[in-house]
Amino acid sequence: MITEIGHFALILAIITAAVQMLVPAWGARKGDARLMGVAEPAALSQLTLLMIAFLSLTHAYVTSDFSVANVAANSHSTKPLLYKISGVWGNHEGSMLLWVLILAVFGAAVALFGTNLPMTLRANVLSVQASIALAFGLFILLTSNPFERISPAPFDGRGLNPILQDPALSFHPPFLYMGYVGFSMAFSFAIAALLEGRTDAAWARWVRPWTLLAWMCLTIGIAMGSWWAYYELGWGGWWFWDPVENASFMPWLAGTALLHSALVMEKRDALKVWTVLLAILTFSLSLMGTFLVRSGVLSSVHAFAVDPERGVFVLAIMVLFTGGGLTLFAWRASELRQGGIFAPISREGGLVLNNILLTTACATVLVGTLYPLALESFTGTKISVGAPYFDMTFGPLMLPLLLAMPFGPYLAWKRGDAYAAAQRLFVAALIAIAAIAVTFAVTKPGPWLAPFGIALGVWIMAGAVSEVLFRAKFGKAGWEEVARRLRNLPRSVYGTALAHFGVGMMVIGIIATTAYQTEKILLMKAGESVDVAGFNVTFNGAKAADGPNYKEQIGMFSVTSDGSPVTTLQPSKRLYDAPPQPTTEAGIYNAWTGDLYVVLGDEQQAGGWAVRAYFHPFVRFIWIGALVMFIAGGLSLSDRRLRIGAPQRARKPSHRAVLAK
Amino acid sequence: MTRKQRRGILIGAGVAVLSVAAILVLFAFQSSIVFFHTPSDITQKKPADGQRVRLGGLVKEGSIVRGTGTDVMFKVTDTIETINVAYSGILPDLFREGQGVIAEGTLAADGHFKADTVLAKHDETYMPPEVAKALKEKGVKLGQGAKHDANSNPGMATP
Repeated sequence: MITEIGHFALILAIITAAVQMLVPAWGARKGDARLMGVAEPAALSQLTLLMIAFLSLTHAYVTSDFSVANVAANSHSTKPLLYKISGVWGNHEGSMLLWVLILAVFGAAVALFGTNLPMTLRANVLSVQASIALAFGLFILLTSNPFERISPAPFDGRGLNPILQDPALSFHPPFLYMGYVGFSMAFSFAIAALLEGRTDAAWARWVRPWTLLAWMCLTIGIAMGSWWAYYELGWGGWWFWDPVENASFMPWLAGTALLHSALVMEKRDALKVWTVLLAILTFSLSLMGTFLVRSGVLSSVHAFAVDPERGVFVLAIMVLFTGGGLTLFAWRASELRQGGIFAPISREGGLVLNNILLTTACATVLVGTLYPLALESFTGTKISVGAPYFDMTFGPLMLPLLLAMPFGPYLAWKRGDAYAAAQRLFVAALIAIAAIAVTFAVTKPGPWLAPFGIALGVWIMAGAVSEVLFRAKFGKAGWEEVARRLRNLPRSVYGTALAHFGVGMMVIGIIATTAYQTEKILLMKAGESVDVAGFNVTFNGAKAADGPNYKEQIGMFSVTSDGSPVTTLQPSKRLYDAPPQPTTEAGIYNAWTGDLYVVLGDEQQAGGWAVRAYFHPFVRFIWIGALVMFIAGGLSLSDRRLRIGAPQRARKPSHRAVLAK
Repeated sequence: MTRKQRRGILIGAGVAVLSVAAILVLFAFQSSIVFFHTPSDITQKKPADGQRVRLGGLVKEGSIVRGTGTDVMFKVTDTIETINVAYSGILPDLFREGQGVIAEGTLAADGHFKADTVLAKHDETYMPPEVAKALKEKGVKLGQGAKHDANSNPGMATP
């Protein structure tokens, strides 16, 4: 019964979306306030209805109602509760329902908090949001309905793929979708701006925080996926340049560029046309990510049921929105008023360089991801484009970006002084040079470029810190003055510095673990030991054990360093009951300088076990860096919230109270 | 500087970066692409010495032979031709006889395939699409394990 209510609510939500798409846009065209006023209640009821639909499906999962086909195919009665809930979005149908739910949350946010936006802009934005909701709602209803029943109901479900039964992966899809779908806000605002032929300060002030929020969620979502792949797949890798990873990385790159160009637009009213284009492209890349992942053209953990009908449907949605958006852009972009001018060496100029490099890097990833698909459909030749391609193309483009990064915040708006910026970065440069020497001294011989890579990360981190200290007049003013200035710095300054600091950490993590990783693969019998990067790892044999829904073989390892015991590790090989599938659980010890990572392989006929032991220096910096970027985004967002309504503050003070919430 | 000149500098910078990227992409495509072949493809047209290829097919029943340490030999077949594969390391969780597999590496002079990476499906009901398609083209009737039904679970070929 509850499932049918959910099904019905989904249908009603789609009808609501259709109304929300047509009526407010018509009202905006006619200048009819009553018709435009339909948008807010429609957006809120759409959210309510989708919430009901989503909760109904969750209810079916929690109560293990196997008469629902989707639950029977993806859940199992013995599964722990967390994975019953995360199982709702651990499959194609449910994850698409989550997609439209998050879309509705963003739409409702515009309806609730957008009271200070010009009425026509708000109506148009909500109308565009509704058109996306309508397209994906129909997609769910027509090709991937999670509420379908089966009769007779099976006695038990088929279970969730055990490698997906994991805490980090439970939250990976919601965050990723908040990122993907969050960019729809930028898209809707861009389309609305093109429809109206103008953008104003309120436009940029609105687009920025939403883009920032989407970017934060995408950052942490990708990082969770990467972390999961690292510890769950037992390969010890954190990024594989797999097409599905690229599918989420491309919107991230474009979104990062959008974040920076929207800054120019907000502060200086320049780069309007480019920002609008980038907003359309970023969401288009999100849609393409959804297409690549959901259509089954790629082979990966994300390719759920492979159904050509679905692929064609998502492709049609993608073509409609990307093509429609770009056509509208080509037609109307010239209407947008030219903004402020600036010298090439200026804050704006730095942000333009950032945009050029990020979008070009994004394009190389796009080419590397789509080329194999295009080649196969045109010539039938099957190829794979892997890490070497991306190292050769993406890597060199990141180098100037990272080198130039600390300069940006030191340049003044309109006309900057590169020489003065360089002087102010002198200390940071000294620290980076020292880092080269230190890295050469403490590491065993490795790639000669690696110390420079480490120094690059240190350069970015030191540059970020020095910028904050410079603004606080550190070393020039008294302690009290410095403390006062540090307190009074806008949070967005801290946000910028912290986010850049996070990028620096990530660079160090990536370079260190790539260049100085130790890997040993060997056959071990009980009592034997192996040396890995200063640790002595002894194998004490394997034992069998039972988990809640799996059986496992646990390898017992004890780790010592210089003769003193450090830890014990218990990597295991699990065999899950439903579906019957083996998985590998790595044993990981977090030392200060990196991760000791041990995987138990197969038992050999001749006795003993295959064992893989790694040491990944500073690998955690990669995910901690992403977390720092996430926190930095939140910091910046908390600053901006008060300023969203700035242009109209004097005239309509009452709205500030609404926004402050 | 006029507005036009300023804009010229920006566009120039953009074009310069794009050209560098285009050159890098072309260069990378020449050197770092890996082709996918079935055993029949390889027997008909041997890849050049040292060229990295991906070999896809089914693990032949009864062909897995473990050597010393973590060395292992197995045969990959598309039921028409069969190639011997040598690998050292830990095989993926779902590596099984009679199931789909992709091995990446180079072809040695004596005709056996030296793999440094072995990818298997990560799901009981899943087969890498490249393998499924290639086998279908060869007219191989796929067994139960390779079927894609509407409710199949998430699978994985590469991590």
